[in-house]
Amino acid sequence: MAENALTTTGESAPAGLPGVVADWSGDKQAFPVPWGKAMMWIFLLSDTFIFTCFLTSYMNVRISTTVPWPNPSEVFSLNIGGTRIPLILIAIMTMVLITSSGTMAMAVNFGYRRHRANTTALMLITAAFGATFVGMQAFEWTKLIREGVRPWGNPLGAPQFGSTFFMITGFHGLHVSAGVVYLTVVALRVWRGFYDRKGSYETVEITGLYWHFVDLVWVFIFAFFYLW
Amino acid sequence: MDTVAGHQRAEGQQHPIAIYLWIWALLFVFSTFSYLIDYFHLHGYLRWSLIITFMLLKAGLIVAIFMHMAWERLALKFAILVPPLVLLILIGLMAVEGDYTFLTRLAAFLR
Repeated sequence: MAENALTTTGESAPAGLPGVVADWSGDKQAFPVPWGKAMMWIFLLSDTFIFTCFLTSYMNVRISTTVPWPNPSEVFSLNIGGTRIPLILIAIMTMVLITSSGTMAMAVNFGYRRHRANTTALMLITAAFGATFVGMQAFEWTKLIREGVRPWGNPLGAPQFGSTFFMITGFHGLHVSAGVVYLTVVALRVWRGFYDRKGSYETVEITGLYWHFVDLVWVFIFAFFYLW
Repeated sequence: MDTVAGHQRAEGQQHPIAIYLWIWALLFVFSTFSYLIDYFHLHGYLRWSLIITFMLLKAGLIVAIFMHMAWERLALKFAILVPPLVLLILIGLMAVEGDYTFLTRLAAFLR
């Protein structure tokens, strides 16, 4: 085990808890992953704290308000063909984001297989789904603003509904928008063969980490804000 | 001994495409179930427990498979997944605080 702790190749690194000890005490780089990947994970960890603070403050104001909370099922329903379907726009947005997460996972896979064209195409498709999501969110915001929902009050019930809605979905939408730009930039670099010259497609996986995180946050927003 | 780690560092995370397609399909299924909770107007503890269950299933699949956490070294898993657990304390404290504010408001408004 002492030999393993001193290896720097990782080839014979032990698994499990002895592996944790070996990785931290081996007088070497603790995480045997590209530094960009470790940094992205740590950034996402900090983002987790930010989004949790938002969702926790939402929980706090929803518990503490004495005014009835607007029913999200009705607020976000749409009239399609004369029938009122509850929460349908949000359901479609969820599906769009999951689809984009799937295409992103495929892009990472093709990246490591060095399929330049497939990786580029899948990343651009992912970005297109992301842009679609932001577009639908803009539609949702427009609809709610027309109905009189404001960050300081709304005709549907508790005024905290507006402030938490705009803050949480706005911050998430900002992440999606930034992700669309990020994906497009990396996709164009893939297309120009930048990562072939660099000899590694790990940047595609790092971009994927960010994109999957955006989907991950939506899972929690969907559950706590829209469904609760 | 885990020789996969060294291999992954050279080649990156390579896994069969089938596993991504399966997880993708599962995410669609769980999302549909989540939506149906609302569609069928389930309420009370049944609704909340189902929402949390599907949420955790989806989050777990995304982190483990799509973000490749399942194949990372345990040291990285600990470094990323353990710190968010302290947030449970914040959530607990803020739930108690919210309840207290609610009762204080009721007392003030009823006076």
